[in-house]
Amino acid sequence: MYVAVKGGERAIENAHRLLANARRGDQSVAEVSLDQISEQLGLAVDRVMSEGSLYDRELAALAIKQARGDLIEAIFLVRAFRATLPRFGASEPVDTGAMRVQRRVSSTFKDIPGGQILGPTFDYTHRLLDPSLAQGFVPEAPAVGEASTAPTPRVTDILGRDGLIETSPQAEDGASVGDLTREPLNFPADRDLRLQNLARGDEGFLLAMGYSTQRGYGRNHPFAGEIRFGEVEVEFAAEDVGFAVPLGSIELTECQMVNQFKGSATEAPCFTRGYGLAFGQSERKTMSMALVDRALRARELGEEVGAPAQDEEFVLSHSDNVQATGFVEHLKLPHYVDFQSELGLLRKLRKEFAEASAEANAPDAMKEAAE
Amino acid sequence: MTTIAELPPGFVDKVLSAQSTFRSVMDAMARPGSVQRIVPMAGTPDTMMRGTAAIALTLFDHDTPLWLDARMSESSDVLKWLKFHTGAPVVPDSSIAAFALIGDGGALPSLERFALGTNEYPDRSTTLIIQVDSLDAGRSFELRGPGIDGVATLLASIKPFDLFERLRFNETLFPRGIDVVLVADDAVVAIPRSTRVMSKGG
Amino acid sequence: MNAPAYNFAYLDEQTKRMIRRAILKAIAIPGYQVPFASREMPMPYGWGTGGVQVTAAILGPQDVLKVIDQGSDDTTNAISIRKFFAKTAGVATTTSTDEATVIQTRHRIPETSLHANQVLVYQVPIPEPLRFLEPRETETRRMHALAEYGLMHVKLYEDIARFGHIATAYAYPVKVNARYVMDPSPTPKFDNPKMDNCPALQLFGAGREKRIYAIPPYTQVVSLDFEDHPFEPYRFNAPCALCAAENSYLDEIVTDDQGSRMFVCSDTDYCEGRQAAGHHGALSAAPYKDKAQEASNG
Repeated sequence: MYVAVKGGERAIENAHRLLANARRGDQSVAEVSLDQISEQLGLAVDRVMSEGSLYDRELAALAIKQARGDLIEAIFLVRAFRATLPRFGASEPVDTGAMRVQRRVSSTFKDIPGGQILGPTFDYTHRLLDPSLAQGFVPEAPAVGEASTAPTPRVTDILGRDGLIETSPQAEDGASVGDLTREPLNFPADRDLRLQNLARGDEGFLLAMGYSTQRGYGRNHPFAGEIRFGEVEVEFAAEDVGFAVPLGSIELTECQMVNQFKGSATEAPCFTRGYGLAFGQSERKTMSMALVDRALRARELGEEVGAPAQDEEFVLSHSDNVQATGFVEHLKLPHYVDFQSELGLLRKLRKEFAEASAEANAPDAMKEAAE
Repeated sequence: MTTIAELPPGFVDKVLSAQSTFRSVMDAMARPGSVQRIVPMAGTPDTMMRGTAAIALTLFDHDTPLWLDARMSESSDVLKWLKFHTGAPVVPDSSIAAFALIGDGGALPSLERFALGTNEYPDRSTTLIIQVDSLDAGRSFELRGPGIDGVATLLASIKPFDLFERLRFNETLFPRGIDVVLVADDAVVAIPRSTRVMSKGG
Repeated sequence: MNAPAYNFAYLDEQTKRMIRRAILKAIAIPGYQVPFASREMPMPYGWGTGGVQVTAAILGPQDVLKVIDQGSDDTTNAISIRKFFAKTAGVATTTSTDEATVIQTRHRIPETSLHANQVLVYQVPIPEPLRFLEPRETETRRMHALAEYGLMHVKLYEDIARFGHIATAYAYPVKVNARYVMDPSPTPKFDNPKMDNCPALQLFGAGREKRIYAIPPYTQVVSLDFEDHPFEPYRFNAPCALCAAENSYLDEIVTDDQGSRMFVCSDTDYCEGRQAAGHHGALSAAPYKDKAQEASNG
């Protein structure tokens, strides 16, 4: 007797037990600790915090461990947790100009006030696999110098003093900042929401979109005005206290692109901006984000809109890897009801096609016979 | 002057009371003309009925601008209670309100003064919550439309007397329009914009 | 570490309020897709997050919940969602369509007629019926605003010109209350007539696309068609092999590598109920293979 498949609940439980074993791997190998992930896979933690939009190294490390190193899965875990957290309000805007800079490079000027600081970077490493890292590697102590007290103004501010770059539009005092996790995104979207979407967006997607602008699909002549990475203070203005309370410091990467100038009969020409910001050290992400931000400003700046990266609805609707992976992977779920429906229709259409062909051929056959 | 400690309380069990109240309102909206009862009770400030208070605690928060008619806003207790328990901002401009609380239907402003939504976003409209005398006695009305199996009959004693005539503008405005929730003590009846109401035999 | 603590039915109260307001608007404007601030759920987008959020916003301790996927209570995703609510809301669950007060579904409408004290919650992947004709939401929103649905009719007509039939077998578009064209979610068109004048409230949740829409009870729902090409629900040639039902939607089961097939009800609760009531199909008494052998031996 045929019996419909049962026992799905057992199957799920067993699958998850198997997953737990696969995650742990060979138990004779030492288990990886959250500290180890946080300290030694720091850039993975930074990415999970950025795209998970939750600044918590420990939870991000846990998510990476739980996700067996699948970063999109880890981002998903962090997001799902974040969605359950109560919301007290928005912090004061952080001042990246006052960042305690660990790394800072500009491609637009040879030297800048506060200096170019290479910091910890893969740049100029030769990509040769290093067998000495395989085990027991103890790095040479870092070079130490006098801490500089010189201010490190943002390069775009230097350009801005001479009016060479557009001013960053200032929000009205008390204006609320959009939050696409609290209000559904509508199009056209304002820049605050676009930037939030990009900051949460998939690094790979933004990289490809940014790259496409460089190859001519919506070219916007970018110069890396400045990329800086370091610590900034976060403050929260509590209504009942009456002043801003420091919450602590976080690590951020900021990229300001200096782009193709605009101008008109009534407006002096000046450079335009693209902006990128992410938690931790996330240079590829912020540079890509800045390129895409600038591309999405095409309409606002009166440029022709045609390239994929300039298409706001396209970019913002497809940037989120948690949404994307869910929908792509949902094809794994049973669809046999729809498939049966298609199958039935297809069989019917094929039958009718065969009948029609037979009919069409029949008179020919008779004609031939008559000849 | 009432202090916060003296304000009438909210729901005893916030989670389950809100759920139960919502189901009553949802059923009312899904079955226009049917009288639904609000079971969970909360404290009621001044002019506010039990049903109104429960709906406020269930649906209002920081994201829902509120407009109050003169009868509702004349009581500082109502204002304080709403602010304390829901956090909803009270706005003077009825055309941006998500909800309007009407204590005195006789003085209901022209319906055009509320948000009617747009054809693109007809959901961006004001929901009117009107306190009425009775939802089980009074004039007889016939209701037709989605949610109603043929015809529904409603007995109600309401102000303004011409409320349903005024709501006929929903027919031409649709999908824009105004949804109304009538409250009499713990009884609730909804008249969504898709409902057509006729007075029965005068 | 910030150890998580979860609310009744998982969602926090502020989120429930937001969803509840959207549901009320959806009921008031039948077939219109209300945007809502869909939350990240602890299950992937595309796996029922919209339906789960709608269910979480309406569910109370007195409810009895049924969850089906492809018509069956025992498919893995249905089990997973049912367990989620049993755990987070402690509600009673059932596989019986009749006993349930809230039914969450993916891809089917139960065969058993629904009654007035029920809510049917659909999981919706793409809520926009015009999406595959015009991908831009700015455009489709305008079309809905103007009730400009010519594009849809052109598409259906092109099908007829090419195939002789409207070549849409599931997610077959409907018009609700003579105003909005609506996507019924990817249910087979076989189920479309069940939506019309249904005594139960029907709610649709699309989590990834952040939309909620509704069909109030007793509302007219018409499948789009043409006078000379009227809507035809899909029909099967044979009754269910297990319960002999002649008017249910059937799954095709491939039974061996020789191309043998059997057809059985996709609605497992309906099928089991009929069998318990003494209805037996051609293959319900003996394993299919034995039957087939008997047939070849005889």
